[in-house]
Amino acid sequence: MSHLLQVSDLALHYGGAAALIGVSLQVEKGEMVALVGANGAGKSSFIRAVAGIERPITGRIVFAGHDITALESHEICDLGIGQVAEGRQLFPTLTVLENLHMGAMVQRARGRLKTSLAEVCGLFPRLAERRKQLAGTLSGGEQQMLAIGRCLMGCPELIMLDEPSLGLAPNLVQEVLQAIQALNRNGLTVLLVEQNVAAALKICQRGYVLESGRIVMTGSGNELLNDDRVRQAYLGL
Amino acid sequence: MNRRAVILLTGLAITLLALPLFANSYLLSIATLFLFFAYTGQAWNIMMGFAGQLSLGHALYLGVGGYSAAALYFHYGISPLIGLWLAVMICAALSACLGALAFRYGISGVYFTLLTIAFAECARIGFDHFTWLGGSAGLFLKVAQRDRIDILNLRGPPALYYYAILLLAGLAFGLCSWLLRRRPGYYWQAIRENEEAAAALGINTFRWKILAVVISAAMTAVAGVFLAFYYNNLFPEQIFNINRSVEIILGPIVGGMGTLFGPVIGAALMTLLTDGATELVAALGWDIPGVKQLIYGVILLAVVVFLPHGIWPAIARKLKLER
Repeated sequence: MSHLLQVSDLALHYGGAAALIGVSLQVEKGEMVALVGANGAGKSSFIRAVAGIERPITGRIVFAGHDITALESHEICDLGIGQVAEGRQLFPTLTVLENLHMGAMVQRARGRLKTSLAEVCGLFPRLAERRKQLAGTLSGGEQQMLAIGRCLMGCPELIMLDEPSLGLAPNLVQEVLQAIQALNRNGLTVLLVEQNVAAALKICQRGYVLESGRIVMTGSGNELLNDDRVRQAYLGL
Repeated sequence: MNRRAVILLTGLAITLLALPLFANSYLLSIATLFLFFAYTGQAWNIMMGFAGQLSLGHALYLGVGGYSAAALYFHYGISPLIGLWLAVMICAALSACLGALAFRYGISGVYFTLLTIAFAECARIGFDHFTWLGGSAGLFLKVAQRDRIDILNLRGPPALYYYAILLLAGLAFGLCSWLLRRRPGYYWQAIRENEEAAAALGINTFRWKILAVVISAAMTAVAGVFLAFYYNNLFPEQIFNINRSVEIILGPIVGGMGTLFGPVIGAALMTLLTDGATELVAALGWDIPGVKQLIYGVILLAVVVFLPHGIWPAIARKLKLER
């Protein structure tokens, strides 16, 4: 197996404050990998660095053989990394359908708009029902589905999800995570960033634990779930 | 667009086309002013209403555009129909520089707005000392002979200017309507709503923001050429004045930013207000300084308070038209 995403020795500073220190992480093609940690551990910073929104001061990010460290966001998106940002980041005054169309504007996805739309509606039938509604008027769960759906419209090879369970009711958390699992089973590579450590590790093959900007532990999902330090620090057991 | 909108638009077009047949010169001059602001409002709306970039320095393009064509005509006798292309090119280049400078270095929001003001102010002070173009004493074009129509040199009776600006306003409306339904319109809306999300979806936000700025500036340059040849004079203190920039943006804000009809309706209201208030004050015999501005201000305030999204969205809801 070749690494689809390889991040080595990534460091990111905000002003003088270090957000990421020497972070290395790999994701193989077809894998579902969790990046977990407490609030402020640097999880979102990591995603933002990979997506080209923040500029790392050192380190290298390689995706599918391309060095993307210095590329712009839109170029990274064109190569096939989709990102569902924290807080969903929809276009509230546009309709559900317009939001989905907006997701298929990248070169790689334009020709496949109809197929992608059918796939997304199959995955989230509720979006199809509400396609004419303004995105800002959707419920939290529906907005998260729309954010994921919009990202899928770009036909990504790797999808990075930043706290998809944030602010959702427990039954919706399950629904959203199951949808993500289903996507992975169909061959999509997933990097899942979560504060909901137990839920994330349960469904991912491998996981990384981030603490104050450093990777402190890595292993299979089960190994981490059964690790005493993880259980104490994150699962309250 | 549904049938009601088509009927509305056709009625408006016919009225405007026939206006010089029955209007007196006073009414015609007010209508010309209205169309001028409908046109510049449409241009400014592309940048702010569509792409979300607030410019308070559109007087820059008005002035540079006007001076470019006027200089060619004044010094070399070159027709403004040729000069306007120079005006467009200079303003497009100028705005691209401003945009590139701002967007490359992440200057956004109010700081971007300050930059647009700064550029316009620099031009005002620069042109004050630019003696080749008359400096602060102004540049005067030969006054038009009102009885001869000379389209090539944009000289002629008031109706000529009226039709010229009507054509421009119509073209601008058409262009905006087209842009809004095409990919640029969608990209700009995405950028306006959430720039980071737009970038994450693969939109080259830098390129598309620059495009909005350049189109807006190029259109405003043409308005500057019109202004120069309509009034036959140019003063840096007037044309680059920040009041000019504010006048341009009031129409679309009052009418409804980001909409097609907003700039038109806003321009109509602002022109009516300015001249209507003058008439009203004269008719009532209130010879109190400042009362005109007071009426103007109160009505403006009422619109902002009661119709925060502008007049057009409210009308569109009533008439069940799409925005």
